[in-house]
Amino acid sequence: MSKQRLTAHRSVLQKCPTGIRGLDDITGGLPRGRTTLVCGGPGCGKTLMALEFIVRGIRDFGEPGVFMAFEENAEELAANVASLGFDLNAKIHRHMLAIDYVHVERSEIEETGEYDLEGLFVRLGAMIKEVRAKRVAIDSLEALFGGLPDEGILRAELRRLFRWLKDQGVTTVITGEQGDGQLTRHGLEEYVSDCVITLDHRVINQIATRRLRVVKYRGSKHGTNEYPTMIDQHGLSVLPISSIGLNYPVSTDRVSSGVARLDEMLGGRGYYRGSSILASGTAGTGKSSLAAAFADATCRRGRRCLYFSFEESPAQIIRNMASIGFNLNPWVKKGLLRFQSVRPSLYGLESHLVSMHALIDEFKPAAAVIDPITNLSSLGDTGEIRAMLTRLIDFLKTENITAFFTSLTAGGAAFEQTEVGISSLMDTWLLLRMVEDENRRNRVLYVLKSRGMAHSNQLRQFQLCDQGFKLFDIPTVPEGRNT
Amino acid sequence: MAKKSKSSVAAFERAAKSAKTRQYVLRLYVAGVNPRSSAAIISITQICEEHLKGNYELEIIDLYQQPTLAQGEQIIAAPTLIKKLPLPLRRFIGNLADQERILVGLDLRPKK
Repeated sequence: MSKQRLTAHRSVLQKCPTGIRGLDDITGGLPRGRTTLVCGGPGCGKTLMALEFIVRGIRDFGEPGVFMAFEENAEELAANVASLGFDLNAKIHRHMLAIDYVHVERSEIEETGEYDLEGLFVRLGAMIKEVRAKRVAIDSLEALFGGLPDEGILRAELRRLFRWLKDQGVTTVITGEQGDGQLTRHGLEEYVSDCVITLDHRVINQIATRRLRVVKYRGSKHGTNEYPTMIDQHGLSVLPISSIGLNYPVSTDRVSSGVARLDEMLGGRGYYRGSSILASGTAGTGKSSLAAAFADATCRRGRRCLYFSFEESPAQIIRNMASIGFNLNPWVKKGLLRFQSVRPSLYGLESHLVSMHALIDEFKPAAAVIDPITNLSSLGDTGEIRAMLTRLIDFLKTENITAFFTSLTAGGAAFEQTEVGISSLMDTWLLLRMVEDENRRNRVLYVLKSRGMAHSNQLRQFQLCDQGFKLFDIPTVPEGRNT
Repeated sequence: MAKKSKSSVAAFERAAKSAKTRQYVLRLYVAGVNPRSSAAIISITQICEEHLKGNYELEIIDLYQQPTLAQGEQIIAAPTLIKKLPLPLRRFIGNLADQERILVGLDLRPKK
C-alpha cells in the first residue's frame, strides 16, 4: 500500500448506513467497502440483521445487494424478507437483489486432493456483477466448517475471501455463531478486523432481553455500551442513549393539566410543555383520573396524546373515565389519542423502552402518559428501572413531549418517596393522598414540587364526580386536624 | 498441457456419445486453467478410459466461462467432479489425485 493511500484511509473512513433504527446512531454506519462480523447465540437476530442490511440498503439507500445463505433456502428467505414488508417479486427489487442458497451436504462430498473455494467466489462474483451490488451479506460461513473436511484449506480460503470482498468494493456483513470463550465458534473474528458487532439474547427473571454491542470498530469512534435491542414487525431496532448531555431545549409554554383549579395551583397556567410530571399516591386516590384529565386536555387542544397503560385495557380506561366526565372515545376515533396497553411482564425493561421509543417516533405525540411506572418494578431492580426511566425522560424531553407518570405508593410507605426512586427526575410532583376525617375518607392533593414556577403550597381537597375533578379548599377545622 | 488434455477430452466425449450404453454421467467443474484443473482433467479422463471405456459421458465445464452453472449445481470448491448417474449423486472435490478414493466413490471398487 502506498503512503498516499495510507493517509487517505486515515483521514476519512467512509460509512455505509444500515438503515436499522438506532444502529446508525451508535456507529454512523458500517465501514464502507469492508467486512463486518455479526455474531451471537442462536435466535439472537443475526440473520435478520444481515437481511435487513441488504433489504434496507435496496429500499432506503438504493444500493443493490447480494444475500448468500447457507442455512435457509430461497423460499424461506423470500418469506423472511416478506415479513419485513419487502416484496421480492416486485420488479424493481428483482434487479437489485440476488439471492443464493448454498447447500453443503457433508455426506455427498468426497475429498480427493487439493482444492480451493473458487466455486463460491464465482457464485458471489456472478451475483455482484448481475445486480451491480454494493452490499453483500453471507449467513453464515460457518456452515462450511461442517461441510468441508479440510479446515486448513478452509481457513486459507476464508482469508482470501475477505480480501477479495474488499477488492470488490462491497460492504459486507457476515454472521457467525457464538463460540465458547471466543466470539464465534470457528474464530471468524480472526479474519475480520474492521468491525465486530455482537448480539445477545438473555433471560433475566424469566424475561428475555436483547442487547447489541459494538465490540470493535477500527478507525471509528463508536458507542461501546450494550444497547437494548428489539425485534418487532419492522425488524430490528436498537435504542441508543442519545442524549448523554443534558442539553435538550426547554420551553416556557404552558399546557393545561385538564383541571382548572390545579392549573391555578401551578402558577395559574399548568405544566411546562415538555416537562415531566409525576402523580403519586396510594391506591384509589385518583392518579389515573388525573392522567386522563391531562390526556383529555391535550386532545382538546387538538394535539396527540399517547397513553401507555400497564394495568388496564383501553376499553376499561375509556369506560371508567367516562364515569367521571372524561369522554375519551371521540379522541381515539379522531386519532388524537392512542392507547398502548401491555402487561409489564410481556417483555423486559429494555424492550418496553424500545417499543415506547418506536411508538413515540411513529405517533409523534405532544404528550405521553405512563400509567403506572410502579408496575414495571416487577421487571428489574430499582437501579435498572431508574436507568430506563432516565432514558425515557431524556428522550421525551429532547422531543419536547410533556410526560405524565403515575406512581403507586404502597400502603404504609413513606408518601414523599417513590418506590422506584425517580422523583428527582421529575419537574413537577403532585401528591395525592387520602385523609381520614371522622367518618369519611377525603382525597387530598398538593403540589410537592414544581420546578420553575410559583406553585401553591396549599392542600386541596378534591372529589371525583361526573364532571371530573372538583377541587376545593379544605375547610378550616378549629382543631386543625387537617393540616 | 491443458490444451492437449482438453482436446483428448473432446475425443473421449465423441467416443462416449457413439457408445450405445451411457451408464456414467460425470461433470467436472474447474475454475480456469491452473495446475489443479489440469491434474483433475488428466486424472478423470484416465479413470474413465481405464474403467469405463465406452460407458460414460464426461463434460468438463469452466466456471469462469459459465458462472451461473456454479449456483445451479451447488458448486463451492474447484475442481469439483459430480457423478450425476448412476444415483446416488456424489461430489468429489479436489484435484482428483486420490484415484483409489474416486474408484470407490464411483462404485468401481468395493469399499474396504
